[in-house]
Amino acid sequence: MTIKLGVPSKGRLMEQTFEWFADRGLTLSRSGSAREYAGVVEGVDGVELVLLSASEIPRELAAGRIHLGVTGSDLVRETLPDWRASVVEVAQMGFGHADLILAVPVTWVDVDTLDDLDAAAAAFRARHGFRLRIATKYHRLVRDHLRAHGVADYQLVDSQGATEGTIRNLTAEAVADITSTGETLRANHLKILQGPPIHSSQATLFAAKAASWRGSEDALGLLSARLGVILSSEAFA
Amino acid sequence: MSRAEDIAQDLLARMLDAGAARVTPDILQPAETLLDLYGEDIRARAYVTHDPAMGEMMLRPDFTVPVVQAHMAEGAEPARYAYAGPVFRKQSSLRAREYLQVGYEVFARDIEAQADAEVFALFARLLDGYNLRPVTGDMGLITAAVAGLSTSDRRRAALLRHVWRPKRFRALLERMRGQGALATERAALIARLRTAPPAVLIEQAGPHLGLRSEDEIAERVASLLEDADAAPIPEGQAQALEALLSLAAPARAALKQMRAMGWDALAPALDRLEARLDALDAAGIDTETLPFEASFGRTTMEYYDGFVFGFTARDDLPPVASGGRYDALTAVLGQGRAIPAVGGVIRPDLLASLEGGQ
Repeated sequence: MTIKLGVPSKGRLMEQTFEWFADRGLTLSRSGSAREYAGVVEGVDGVELVLLSASEIPRELAAGRIHLGVTGSDLVRETLPDWRASVVEVAQMGFGHADLILAVPVTWVDVDTLDDLDAAAAAFRARHGFRLRIATKYHRLVRDHLRAHGVADYQLVDSQGATEGTIRNLTAEAVADITSTGETLRANHLKILQGPPIHSSQATLFAAKAASWRGSEDALGLLSARLGVILSSEAFA
Repeated sequence: MSRAEDIAQDLLARMLDAGAARVTPDILQPAETLLDLYGEDIRARAYVTHDPAMGEMMLRPDFTVPVVQAHMAEGAEPARYAYAGPVFRKQSSLRAREYLQVGYEVFARDIEAQADAEVFALFARLLDGYNLRPVTGDMGLITAAVAGLSTSDRRRAALLRHVWRPKRFRALLERMRGQGALATERAALIARLRTAPPAVLIEQAGPHLGLRSEDEIAERVASLLEDADAAPIPEGQAQALEALLSLAAPARAALKQMRAMGWDALAPALDRLEARLDALDAAGIDTETLPFEASFGRTTMEYYDGFVFGFTARDDLPPVASGGRYDALTAVLGQGRAIPAVGGVIRPDLLASLEGGQ
């Protein structure tokens, strides 16, 4: 029984994932040409490498088509309803850090916190006749966060890229987006609301509850020893 | 499903016998009305789909909104309606995503107490034989108590806006008493806003972007500074409000306790509660034992603004039946017109599962 390990197929996230496993004695590499999305794992038998888009890894894990997968913790929480029912967090990998935050124009001198945003949204709706628009691609995470904090009179508008530009273009009044340094936000004259971020994301190794783990005990034992984490098929059932 | 459907048909027939006219709203409803009413949260709970001509549509998450719309458009008064059919809700857990609701709604002026009692007594009769616990409440008491606080209109409006979000309501109340984390954050903001006029602060902050204008920002700054000078909500009143919100007792005893609080602002709402209890007695409900919980209905029933009720089998399951008065909703959907309205729904699938468990 082969364990399928899904990792991001390109970019810095792929390189850092390869380095993380290399530090633990496992060599991941592409098989064949650099364009081929298949790979090999050296250092332990019975593990197969699958290269996937980071955004597809949550769904592949939920479907049980891969056993283990590396992706951002934000993507798992955003993509999978009730994510704890589908995957187990095996290891936080210490790279790919980014915070999902809410930001408003720097000139909103009356808005520091969610408490302020809620009040501003009520006044905005009364004045303009529609709910204050927040542009984001993280609908589930943002909605859950705003509900937990009792913010009302807002609407989410979908933005799959260049989200910071939506306010200038008058298609949103606020944004919820991923940032690591805040550079893009500052360049677009936006400020982050005070308080903890909606989610602090990092690259994370997940295990799939829906995958078939039968016959993988030996490989799991070897992986546990190498990775310094406890991997057992019972824990994923 | 078939036992649930049998129960639904039986309940519907008995509601029609009680004098209701049958209504059959569409399953596909325009999303905009529901979104404006419930806010963005409804997206997490309702199935949204797209129609090339009509735009965003939702699989009906409940019947109340289309029934009210139909009545406001063409209904005669007074009116009684009944309906049965599936509703659709997204669920994160294993709970049903598609389930039946059977409902009864009364639109009638000047007989609010009798209409409340009529709906509750009908539901009690229809559910007789199942082992259910009834509970009642009254959102009108909470709104009357908030309206009676010695504070600014703006603060009362802010509290009323969050009556249905108990956690947020409590945090706001705490801030208005000058306590808690929000009060500390607010004090820091006020200190900064006092350093210069808003126009200067905005200018210093950077280039202005977006639809929310500098005027709107300056307006809120002015209201924040005004609010900062307002006296905290008196401790005695805040404590009385909290005591009211946590009140749970048999209905007649609850009425007596609330009268004993001696809170003048509550008197008209308590008179309405007493008239309702009298009407319930007349309809054969024992109000000496009927449970009353002042906070009932605050988390699950967003549009109710008066009498609320539920029938539950177990605390960890959704109520088998629930309902209440929603006068304000008819005003929102009636485009300038309004009519007092009260109603409720029963979930036949839950009744069927109770039979299975016996």
